[in-house]
Amino acid sequence: MICIDNISVRAGSFTLSSISFEIEKGECLALMGKSGSGKTTVMEAICGLRDVISGCINIDGEERTYAAPRDRMVGLVPQDNVLFPTMTVCEHLAYGPRLRKWKKPEINSRIEEVAAELGITSLLNRLPRGLSGGEAKRVAIGRAIAAKPSLLCLDESFTGLDDETLTEVMEVVKSTIQREKISTLLITHQMKEAQILGDIIYRI
Amino acid sequence: MRDSIRNSKNNSSNFGISGWFGAWLGISLFFYLALIVLLIVADVWYVLAAYGDSPSGVAEMLDWENLWDSVKLTFLSCTVSAILAVLIAVPIGYLLSRYRFFGRSVIDAILDIPVVLPPLVIGLSLLILFNNFPPKILGWGVDSIDGYLSHIGMRITNTKLAVIVAQFTVAAAFAIRMVKATFDQIDSRSEQVAMTVGASRGRAFFDVVLPQSYRGIAAAGTLAWARALGEFGPILVFAGATKGRTEVLSTSVYLEISTGNINGAVIISLLMIALAMITILTVRVFTEKGAGYDLHR
Repeated sequence: MICIDNISVRAGSFTLSSISFEIEKGECLALMGKSGSGKTTVMEAICGLRDVISGCINIDGEERTYAAPRDRMVGLVPQDNVLFPTMTVCEHLAYGPRLRKWKKPEINSRIEEVAAELGITSLLNRLPRGLSGGEAKRVAIGRAIAAKPSLLCLDESFTGLDDETLTEVMEVVKSTIQREKISTLLITHQMKEAQILGDIIYRI
Repeated sequence: MRDSIRNSKNNSSNFGISGWFGAWLGISLFFYLALIVLLIVADVWYVLAAYGDSPSGVAEMLDWENLWDSVKLTFLSCTVSAILAVLIAVPIGYLLSRYRFFGRSVIDAILDIPVVLPPLVIGLSLLILFNNFPPKILGWGVDSIDGYLSHIGMRITNTKLAVIVAQFTVAAAFAIRMVKATFDQIDSRSEQVAMTVGASRGRAFFDVVLPQSYRGIAAAGTLAWARALGEFGPILVFAGATKGRTEVLSTSVYLEISTGNINGAVIISLLMIALAMITILTVRVFTEKGAGYDLHR
C-alpha cells in the first residue's frame, strides 16, 4: 500500500502543499489537474527524483520520504517512454531484475511472463528504433513493472497515441495491473483515461 | 544540404527564394572547401615543382632518421594526450551537463581559459608552474614541482612528458566542450528512469548514458588528437625542440623554417596532413561501424 501523507513539494516558482492520498495494492489512483498544476512534480517527489519539503511517503509499510529512487520500488513510464536506444526490448525488460540482483533463470522467466502479458514477445530482439508508438509504450511499461515494483507511475503515458492504439494499450495495462496487483498512480488530464483505469480520482 | 545544392544547379525552374538559399549554402561550402583543398594542393605543387625532375632531392632535404623519431613521438604523444583528455572530459562534461551548483559558471569560464589563451602564454605558464612554483617562501624546502619530482628521479620540463602535458592542457578543454554538448543532447530522464528501475546514479550513467554518447566521445577524442597534433607554442616553450628527444612534427616544421629549409618544412607539413587525414578517417569509419544504432535518428 502507498501512503502519501501531507507532503509539500516545490514546483518552480510555487509550492504544492497538503498532498495526501492512499493507494491500496492493485488499486489505481488517477491524479488529475490542469497543465502546469504540478501533477508531474508530485509524481517525481514520490519517485525520489525531487526533494520533498515536508510530509511523509510510505511505501509498503516503510517510510521512504528521503530514500534514493532505487530504494523505493517504483516503476516509471514517462510520457514519451524514454527507451534506451542501445538496449534491445529484452534488455529493457531484464534491466530492473538484473539491477535487483535476481537470479538468471528468474530473470528469464520474468521476461517471458511480462512479454507475454504485454504482447511484445515477438519484439524481444528489436532495438527501440522503428517500434511503433503502441509497441514502444508496452516496452516502457514492461521495463517499469519487470522487477515487480510496489508502485507503477504512469506520467501522461497515453498522450500521443491514436484512439485505436490507446484503447488497446489501456486494456493491456488494466489487465496487467490487475494480474500483477500493483498500486498505480496515473497522471492524466484526460477524463476518459481516468475513468477507464482509475479506481479513485484525486485532483490538484 | 546536398539536396539544396543539387536544386540550385539542376532545377533552375525553382530558382527563387529556395534557389538563393541553396546558392548561399553551396557557395559558402565551396569557398571554404576550396581554401582547404588549395592549401594542400599548393603544398603538393610546391614540392613537385622543386623536385619533379629529381625525386632523389627529397631524400637529401631532410634528416629522415630524425624525422622518423619525430613522427613516432608525435603519434604517441597525440594518442596519449587524446586518451587522457577523454578520460578527464567524460566526468567533467557530465558534471557540467547535469548538475547545477554554486560557482558553476565561474568553473565553466575557467575551463575555457586554455581555449582562449594564446598558446605561447600556456607554454610560459606551464614552464613557470613546473619550475618556479610553489615558491620557497612557503618553507617546503624545494621551489618547484620539478624539484619535488627530482627526488623520485623524474622531471617534466624539456622531456617527452612535457610534450604530453602541453598537448593535454589544451586538448582537454576542447574535449570537455564536445563531451558536454553530447551529454546535453541526451535526455536526463534516461537516467531518472534507470534510477527508478533500480540503478544508482553512477550505474545509470554507465548503463544508459555512456553507450548513447559513444560517437560524441569518439568525436571528442578525435578533436583532442587533432588539437594535440597542431599544438606548437606550448611545446616549444615548455618541452623545447631537442632533436630526437622532444621534437614533434609541428616543432620540426618550425625548426626547418627557422634554418631556411622551406622545402623540408613543406614536406613535413604534407606528412602531417597525411597523418591527420588517416587518423581522423580511421576513427570515423571505426565509430560508424561500431554503433549498432543511430543516435541521430
